[in-house]
Amino acid sequence: MTGRESPCSRPVTGTLRINGRERSISLEPSRSLLEVVRDELGLTGTKYGCGEGVCGACKLLVDGVAVRSCLTPVGEVVGRSVTTIEGLAGDGRLTPIQQAFLDEGAFQCGYCTPGMIVAATALLAQNPQPSEEEILSAMQGNLCRCGGYPRIRAAIRRAARGSSAPPSGDR
Amino acid sequence: MTPTPGSVPFDLVEPAARPYFDRWGPGLVVYRPAQPAGSGGPPHGGAWVHVGEDGRVRAFAGKVELGQGVTTALTMLVAEELKVLPASVDLILGDTDLTPWDIGTFGSRSMADAGAHLRAAAAGALQFLRRWAAERLGVEPGSVRLDSGRAMAGEGATARSIPYAELVAGRSRIEPVPSESHPSPPAEWSVAGRPASSRDGAKVVTGAVRYTSDLRLEGMLEGAILFPPTFRSTLRSLETRAAESIPGVTVVREGGFVGVAAPDRATARAARGLLRAEWEVPEAPGEDGIVEYFRTHPKPPDDHWDLDRYAVGDPAAARGASAIALEATYTTAYIAHVPLEPHAAIAEWVGERLTVWIGSQTPFRVRAALARTLGIPNERIRIVVPPTGGGFGGKHAEELAAGTARLARASGHPVRVTLSREEEFTQTYLRPMAVVEIRSGADRDGRLTAWECITWNAGASAIRTPYRVDHQRVENRPTDSPLRQGSYRALAATANNFARESQMDELAARTGVDPVEFRRRSLDDPRLRAVLDAVAARAGWTARPRRRGPRSGPSTGRGIALGLEKGGRVATYVEVEVTASRTVGIGRIITAYECGAIVNPRHLEGQVEGGTIMALGGALGEAIHFDRGRILNGRLSAYPVPRFLDVPPIEVLLLDRPDLPSAGAGETPLIAVAPAIANAIDDATGERIRHLPLLPGGRLPTGARATDFATPKN
Ligand code: FES
Ligand code: FES
Repeated sequence: MTGRESPCSRPVTGTLRINGRERSISLEPSRSLLEVVRDELGLTGTKYGCGEGVCGACKLLVDGVAVRSCLTPVGEVVGRSVTTIEGLAGDGRLTPIQQAFLDEGAFQCGYCTPGMIVAATALLAQNPQPSEEEILSAMQGNLCRCGGYPRIRAAIRRAARGSSAPPSGDR
Repeated sequence: MTPTPGSVPFDLVEPAARPYFDRWGPGLVVYRPAQPAGSGGPPHGGAWVHVGEDGRVRAFAGKVELGQGVTTALTMLVAEELKVLPASVDLILGDTDLTPWDIGTFGSRSMADAGAHLRAAAAGALQFLRRWAAERLGVEPGSVRLDSGRAMAGEGATARSIPYAELVAGRSRIEPVPSESHPSPPAEWSVAGRPASSRDGAKVVTGAVRYTSDLRLEGMLEGAILFPPTFRSTLRSLETRAAESIPGVTVVREGGFVGVAAPDRATARAARGLLRAEWEVPEAPGEDGIVEYFRTHPKPPDDHWDLDRYAVGDPAAARGASAIALEATYTTAYIAHVPLEPHAAIAEWVGERLTVWIGSQTPFRVRAALARTLGIPNERIRIVVPPTGGGFGGKHAEELAAGTARLARASGHPVRVTLSREEEFTQTYLRPMAVVEIRSGADRDGRLTAWECITWNAGASAIRTPYRVDHQRVENRPTDSPLRQGSYRALAATANNFARESQMDELAARTGVDPVEFRRRSLDDPRLRAVLDAVAARAGWTARPRRRGPRSGPSTGRGIALGLEKGGRVATYVEVEVTASRTVGIGRIITAYECGAIVNPRHLEGQVEGGTIMALGGALGEAIHFDRGRILNGRLSAYPVPRFLDVPPIEVLLLDRPDLPSAGAGETPLIAVAPAIANAIDDATGERIRHLPLLPGGRLPTGARATDFATPKN
């Protein structure tokens, strides 16, 4: 846990590079990155789901790696590059993964979707052609309570294929 | 959306007095009045449709979108009936100021209720458009063609067309649905019935959707509620001084409610931590005593849902005379909804008028509850339901709305309350635990002779058997619950169906008849036969009697179950693999589902898939553990909901019946999953498990065998 109440946590000013922009914030190093991103920077695409690292709704990218922001003290990412779901699409153009989620209808309530897309982005960046097992183990930390798993898998496969084929039938 | 102070909710004024045209400009409005609860007759929601001179169609219904795809499906129905493109329809849901009254979004009623009324209103509006177009074009109404928002007459060079916008320009007509209006038969649908992707999808994938927990108002404070240790606890004393000494903190105690508001969440929670409360905590049973507690603590039924009781013939005598007789008790655990977005609400008072944004399935019920609790009339309350991260029957949210409104009133600021995951587990309500006792009989030919079913603490849904049997008795017995309980996606139907379909397999095994064949012999409903046959065919089911008796070592098995509820018919087939260490892998699931005319196959398939996965959780591992009224595992890390690796390949077979009205798909697809798995486990191991979850702690329970052969009569 983040030890939010830790006595040595005193406000400092730090610079975060968020979605390509330098943001200088006054921060307590032990506050969670999730709180800072949502409440201070107003980037609400990153979600709270459990606060204990087991749902993946709060995932964002730190230097390209998917990180659970609820467990990450903001002090740890000072000076590093953070990308939230809002920062993935450049000039209004969806990334292939976002497009694949859309094409496969890979969400119902959509609350898990940002975390899913972030996790999938990190996976494909590191392993562009993952096997089915690799997809499953990379995504196992992300929960979808609406039961969207088959379509999310299909979306990730589709993005990996880089194809514009019609929605795959094999789920 | 911003509140409009001083406005009056549309549903509380006469249709002719509603300011439709002030808000959306001139045009045509056709409405179907709602029938609110308590007004005589079964309550149902209403609908209205506004065709504007700006070329837009606005359709209003009192349902809410919880991710089940109702927005898309209803939009398609309106587009279909009005012959416009779906993109020109704005569907307005979940706002008590603007939409017709509605009982709530649960019970898979959205399509049957809002869908039917919206279709009627849209079809009614089309009649007026047709008539006006005929006058303008100088032809008979019957020869006007309507398509893509235009009315047309003539052919080839003489063809003329007028857009709807022009037909309604300058008008302010408000009409009830004409009695001769007939929505088009599903077999003729061109928009509805085809796959459509969700509107606003681009917002979802870019993180731009604003759920209640994402909204922020100017000057808003964060609230935290002091919850009691158990739900029956009462507050004895409260010391607030330390909390109140924090700058910016307001402490509110009104009736049983205690909460704080503060400039940020950390301060609000810290202030709450400084409250010194003493509670009176009454005795309550733990898990060991719970079944006995239910049997000995009856409660009067809440409403007509609870009231099912049915008897015909003499089941006891018939059973006594049967070659085969069985008796067994089935139980299902308390489970939690775990919507991925925990409950959230924002309340703001502007003058005397209150607006609450809340993820709720029942905004009109929330409004009524607020009126009661706060002592203000309905007219002064607006409930808005923003996009909501899952409900599953768990988000009625009346108390949260009231608490948030109290904090806002006392602090003089808008206040937001978002529950933590732990609070979501321990302070909302659970799916009831159920106890179902079945006594049945069959003859040597594998025909049912007697059926008795008594259900404690689950409810009456699906308690009646769809199988033909001359002597039967079913009875639902509402009981007191030591934990707070409430609605849940397919709650009673899951319990009653689990018990019935398990017992059917147990009977089949004892008669030596193949379980599919055994069901067919007593099944009259052709739609149930159709889903059963569809699943059996896809699975390549070949008849053989259920294997009996215990086996050990790794083995595989197959199971089938069916169910009928809320107008939908479902059959589920499951294959399992049991390992030597008694873990169970689900190899494959096939679900056939039929719910009348299909409006949006893509969403329907997603609903069936998602429902099947949710049902897997309750079937395999989910259970709330408790002792003396306290919940012991109220954390996501201690409560196993299905994840990627838990989900086997799922095949969904949708049976389309364009000749039948559309029913919902939010619940019924769940109800055959658990019994199909229990039946497959029995097929593989010879062990009959009669308790959900089937695999507590991830493994087959030991001792299951003992219960298997202890209870049956032979
Ligand atoms: S909120 Fe961070 S993993 Fe759940
Ligand atoms: S779409 Fe609702 S949690 Fe995944």
